[in-house]
Order: sequence, then structure tokens, then C-alpha cells
Amino acid sequence: MLTVANLSKQFGGVHAVQDVSFTIPQGCVYSVIGPNGAGKTTLFNLISGLYTPTSGSIRFEGQDISGQAPDRLARRGMSRTFQNLQICKNLSAIDNVMVGAHLTLNASMFAGMFRWPGLARADRACRERAAALMERVGCGDFITADAAAMPYGALKRLEIARALASDPKILFLDEPAAGLNHTETHSVQTLVAELARSGLTVVVVEHDMKLVMSVSDRILVLNYGRRLAEGTPADIRENPDVIAAYLGADTEEE
Amino acid sequence: MTQISQSPAPRAARSNTGRFIGLATLTTVVALLPLALPNAFYVDVAIRIAILAVNGIALNLLMGYTGQISLGHAGFFGLGAYGSAVLTAHFGWSPLWALLAAAAMTAVIAWGVARVILRLRGHYLAMATLGLGIIISIVLSNETAWTGGPDGMAVDSFSLFGVPLSGERRWYWVFGGLLIGTVILAQNLIDSPAGRALQALHGSETAASVAGIDVGRRKVGVFVLSATVAAVMGSLSAHYAGYINPGIAGFLQSVELVIIVVLGGMASIYGSIFGAVVMGLLPQLLAGYEGWDSVLFGLIMVVTMIVLPRGVVPSLTARLRSTRFGTKGNAPC
Amino acid sequence: MLSELLQFILSGVTLGAMYTLSALGFSMIYNASGVINFAQGEFIMVGGMAASFLSATGVPLPMACVAGVMIAGLVGGLVERWAVAPARDAEVASVIIITIGVSMILRGLTEILLGKRPHALPHFSGEAPITVLGATILPQSLWVLVVGALIVLGLNLFFGRTRIGKGVLATAYDRLAAQLVGVDVRRVLTLSFVLSAGIGAVGGVLITPISTVAYDTGMMLGLKGFVAATLGGLGSGPGAVAGGLFLGLIEALTAGYISSAYKDAVPFVLVFIVLVLRPQGLLGTKPTDRI
Repeated sequence: MLTVANLSKQFGGVHAVQDVSFTIPQGCVYSVIGPNGAGKTTLFNLISGLYTPTSGSIRFEGQDISGQAPDRLARRGMSRTFQNLQICKNLSAIDNVMVGAHLTLNASMFAGMFRWPGLARADRACRERAAALMERVGCGDFITADAAAMPYGALKRLEIARALASDPKILFLDEPAAGLNHTETHSVQTLVAELARSGLTVVVVEHDMKLVMSVSDRILVLNYGRRLAEGTPADIRENPDVIAAYLGADTEEE
Repeated sequence: MTQISQSPAPRAARSNTGRFIGLATLTTVVALLPLALPNAFYVDVAIRIAILAVNGIALNLLMGYTGQISLGHAGFFGLGAYGSAVLTAHFGWSPLWALLAAAAMTAVIAWGVARVILRLRGHYLAMATLGLGIIISIVLSNETAWTGGPDGMAVDSFSLFGVPLSGERRWYWVFGGLLIGTVILAQNLIDSPAGRALQALHGSETAASVAGIDVGRRKVGVFVLSATVAAVMGSLSAHYAGYINPGIAGFLQSVELVIIVVLGGMASIYGSIFGAVVMGLLPQLLAGYEGWDSVLFGLIMVVTMIVLPRGVVPSLTARLRSTRFGTKGNAPC
Repeated sequence: MLSELLQFILSGVTLGAMYTLSALGFSMIYNASGVINFAQGEFIMVGGMAASFLSATGVPLPMACVAGVMIAGLVGGLVERWAVAPARDAEVASVIIITIGVSMILRGLTEILLGKRPHALPHFSGEAPITVLGATILPQSLWVLVVGALIVLGLNLFFGRTRIGKGVLATAYDRLAAQLVGVDVRRVLTLSFVLSAGIGAVGGVLITPISTVAYDTGMMLGLKGFVAATLGGLGSGPGAVAGGLFLGLIEALTAGYISSAYKDAVPFVLVFIVLVLRPQGLLGTKPTDRI
């Protein structure tokens, strides 16, 4: 579904991502892991069009999409969340989710000003769907809240609801469990599994090893911007390079 | 900040009632005000307030809702006014066609400029819009053959299909109607998917673009919209006043519009009306006290931004709501 | 022909020195606090007005000039304490509005206190023009150039050598870190306003004998200083000098060769072009967003 070939990104002299290649098959949960600064978020920003690659190609459903703007990628069915939350604090929570459904609605300014027939009805239906999505990701308590008044954990889930509102084909979650407690992490884990079961392709950047190992079909390990290993969770667990570079240190911590 | 209320989705219902009450109040005030205005002078003040309010609402769409500062908006008002004046006086166009042409021309100019400058942010955007306004007013002052230069020029009275529009009272209904129409259209826009997209890119351009919103195109769209509204108001007020000079496009006029928006409240339509009332009345109260008007305007700007950074109307409605519901509320209005 | 060009260049450099001082004020405040101070032009005006008022009441010229600069510095400090500091965490737009408000207050107060008419100062060293290769230059212009250069040098030493100067730089770089290593950030921010108001006022005092000053002259000078700072790249010291001189030269050449009516439009057309081509200014560095 998504094929990345020889992707590189430099900032000044720093190679944030270097010659990375991998393929994400349709309908699977694909995780990207690696120590801090390994280039995971940069990789996400490259794929979702926020950064332009220095070299290499990204193909989505057979078409080259490298360097395309995020809004065009959204039209193709890509959606994502952010590690540093990108919430519109000037809007209510549910409006944030409805922003995610932007492409499904008639968003012409002219139609908006003159209340084009059907516009209000479609918007109401969208509001109901957004409320349902908020229930689904577990922030149903905040349907009438302002985004500015929501706690961190709920905002993380609100981002997932917004990302789902566009009905994406592929969903990128950037550290969905960072800063969450055990119960919250567990519910994210259940949600990801559920989404994958519904046929959505999910790509996850995450530090929480338990979550990664339990939900992923395949895992890509980055280290210093380079691909260190790729395979099923079982492969990764036994890969000596990975253990040396990453898992070893991690298990010692726990 | 707001707490969660009890039942799902009352927000839409509440804002609908609120909308109706607001609109009904505004219409009543506009309809009954002439009865309370003793003479043409006061009608004239009311008309000026309506013009400021429409311009303020249009600028608020750009500044308050979309988050893009403009320090040169009076320039577009001036383009509309001079477009109408020049086309009617030098080319003998009928006022209606002149108005439409001036609005279209301003829209094209705003579009060309916006495509370039709306890539800028913060201070740089402030600088660019400010420069644009100043360039416009310098051109208006210097093209003496067309505009009469700093002395200004006379403008014919407006006539529609041969029927002349004259007298303060008649103009009052025109501008009053325009104000109500602007409020309705602006609220429609804000409540629509397009309006949500504008507010979303104010909140986070990254989030907006990832959600499929073409951030650049949206910014240009709302910039052109608010510039065009300013141009139309410029045309009409030129015909109404019968005389214009380049001062109407100056930096201080642009600042006046910004004050209207921030004093009343960013992202608050009725706030802009409030701001327009204050800015329309103050010069009358301060007439004859030279210098004090400037001091007072300045004080209003500084004190509002420090004490009520969200503006008067949003702060007051938040306080009202919190006393009524017993919680601290601040739903957008 | 050549002397004419030289004449334009000389007046351009004088103007440019003035814009440089204004731009340096912008850059210094921007560096220390991230604020663009739209009242910068009013500091220039206050300096010139105060000096000319004092001189007219019989205060000796040098003392009047020094007092004018000090008054402007004091005003700058008060502006920071009373208007800018309380809005520390506000959005860019809010702070812009606050400083515009401050400029209107200063302009209005000056109008009330000193009236609308333009004020003058005697030339520092006589009005006999000096002839250079067929072009003439006023001794006062030399004052502008020399003092302008001295200020640039002085600032260089201040930031490079003194403890408090380094504190300003550290605050500009990372306010929290500066605070952690013991820089009194509050004082640094106030100081940046005092200094830039003082520098602007020096410009105002020096230029007043040539062009007079009135309550409303500050606005254009300030805006052009902002343009100069933007041209050079906001926050860059050498950029402010380059931007100021460049702007002065272009303006003088336009007035001389193209149209004096449009000379005031030149800076704004120029800044437009530069912002479009290089949004970070001529010498500024490109910022990178972290997402």
C-alpha cells in the first residue's frame, strides 16, 4: 500500500533520515520504533508531506506522492495524529473532530454564507458522526466541551477521532500512548487493534514496547536515521542488532 | 475555561437560539433607532457607525476567526471609494456599475497581493499589509489628475436606475440593511464547514492542512472577501459623503478598524458592532480636544489587550454565562 | 552629473544613518523580547521634541540634547514596564496592537503638551555647507553619520564585552536558560527598551536641526526603521545597518531621479519585494518549525 524507497532527509548537515526503505502492506498494523532522535517523527513528517524529502521516493497505492502538500495527501486518504498535539484550541472539541471531516463536506465560502440547501443537514449529520467517533475513541465525556478545557489524555484521543473523521485508508499515529497512564495506554491498544480489524492500515510510532509488540503485524526499527531491522514482532525480539541497540537498554530500565 | 455540560449536543441548539435573539435585537435597534435620533447629525453618526461595523465584521473574519493580521485594510476601503469616484466622475459610469467594477478591481488586487503575502506570518504579515495600505494611500495622494490629490475630490450622489438616493434618512436604511445582512452572512459563514476550516487554520495550520484544508487558498479567500466588503463600503460611503480624500485609506483608519476588532473581541461578530459604536461615538465626544482622541484611542488599545485580551463582548458573555450556569463558561460567540 | 549623483548619495547616507538608528532599536527589542515595537518612531520624535523644547526655553544645546535622549530612554522604560510587560504571554497580534496603542498615546500627549507646529533645533556646528567634489553636505549630516557610526561601534562593544550586554544576547537566545544561569531577565527586557528608545532619540535629536520635528513625524520614521530592520533581517545588527543605509540610498536616488512624490512609497514597495523573495530578510537566517 505504501512503499518508501531510499528516503533521506537532511537538516543543514544533520542526516535525520538516511536511505530508509520499507513497504507497508494493506490492512496491517505497522510500527516504527527506535531510540529518541532515531528519526521516527521526521519519517512521519516526510510521509505526510510536512517535510520535503532530500532524496528518495514515497509511493502510495502505486503513485509517487513524495513532496506533495499535506492537504493533497489527505485527499488520497492519508490521516495522522501528532506527538506534540496539534489541537485547535479556539474551537470546541467536537468542532475539532469535524475539521477532520472537512473533505466530506461542501466547504465553499459562498455556499457557507448563503446556507446552500443541504449544507446545514450535512453538517448536522457530520456532527452526529463526530460525536459517535468521540465515543468510540473514548472521549465521549467531552462532546460539549471546549478543546482548550480538555486534559492531555483526552486531547490525544481527540486527535485520533479527528484523524478518523476523514475516513482514511491509512492512519499514522505519532506516539499515541506517550504521557498516558496504564489504563489509557491499554485502551489505545484496544482501539488500534479494533481499527486494524475494520480493515484500516495503521502505522504507529511508539515507545511503549508492550503496546508495540502486542498490536503490530510488522515492525521497522530505526537507529540514527537508518534502518536497523524490519520484520514481525518475533523477528525483532530476537534480532541481535536490535537487542544491542535498543531493547537491551530498554529491558534494563524496566 | 469551559466545563462539560450535561447532555450531548446542546451547543448547536444554544447557539441557534442565541443567534436568533442577537439578530432580533439588532434588527429592532436598527428599526427603532431613527425614532430616537433628533436630527440629521445623529443619523449621520449612526450611518458612520454602521459603516465601521460592516468593515469591522469583515476584518474580524480575517483577523479574529482566521488569525491573519491586516494593518492596511483601510487601503481597500479607499480603493473602493476612489474606484467609484473616478469611474463616475471621469468616465461617466453609472454609480452601480462603478461600484461593481471597483469591487471587482479591488478583489483582483487583493487576490494578487494575498497570494504573495499570506505566506508570511506574524510580524512580517503585519509589515506587508501595513506597507500595502501606505502604498495605496500614497498613490491616491499623488495621482492628482485622477484623484484631486491631498485635497480630495467630490463624488456624485448615488442613483439606482435613475432614482437618486439622497438624504441621511434614506441612506440610513441602506446602511442599516447592509449591517443586518452582513451579520447574517458572516454568522452563516462562521457556522459552515468553510468557517470551521478558517478557524481551524487559526488554531493550527498543521492540523488544518493534514485534515485536507488548503491553508493557502483559504487564507487568500477570506482576505479577498474582507477586502471586497471594505471596497463596497468604500464605494457607498463615498457616494453618501459626496466627498473623499486620501485620509480615508490611511494608516490611522486601518488602525481604527483593528481597534474595533480587538476592542469588541476577536472572533466575535457582535463584538465588532460594539467596537464600531465606541469608535463611532468617541470622536464626537472628543471633538475639540485635539490630541486627547489619540491618547484615548491608544489607551483603549493598551488597556483592552492587557485587561480583556479577548475583547469586551466575549469576556462579558463568558461572565454572564458563568453566573447563569454556575460554571466558568467561555463558549465562542 | 557625477556631482549630482554624489549629492544624492550623501543625502541618502544621511537618511540611511537615521533609519539605521531606528532599525537598531527595532532589532534590539525584537531580539530581547520577540516584540516588534511600533512605538519606536515615537521614541525618535520624543527625543527630538524634548530637546528642541528644552533648548527653546534656554537650556544650553548640549544639555538639551542629552536630556532629550534621557527623557526618551525613560519613556521607553516606562512603556516596557507598564504596557509591554503585562502582556508578556499574549499573541503576536496583541502585542503589535499594544505598541500601536502606545505610539498613539505618545503622539497625542506630545500634541497636547507641545502643540502641532514643527519644532526646530539650532545646527550643532553652523549651517555653512561643506563642498565635497562638487556636492555639498551640511555639517549636521556629518554629525549624524559620525554619531551613528559611534553608536554602532558602541553597541558592538556593549554586546561583545560587557556582562549585561551578554545577558541581553543570552535572553534573546533562550529566555529560560538565561534566567537559569542568573540573568535578571526582567531587567534585561526593560533595559532593551530604554536603550532602543535612547538610540532612536539620538537619531531624533541629530536629525531635528536638518528636518525639524513635529508630534506626527515619528510614525513614518518608525515605519521606515521597521522596513530597514525587515530588509536586513529582523534581529540582525549588521542587517539593521545594511538595511538602513540601503533604504536611505534608494530613497534619495528615487527622489532625485524618478519622482520625489513617490519617495515615501519606495520603502514599502521594497520591503514587499524583499519579503516575497526572501521572507527572512536580506541577512536573516531561515527559521525552522518543529512539528
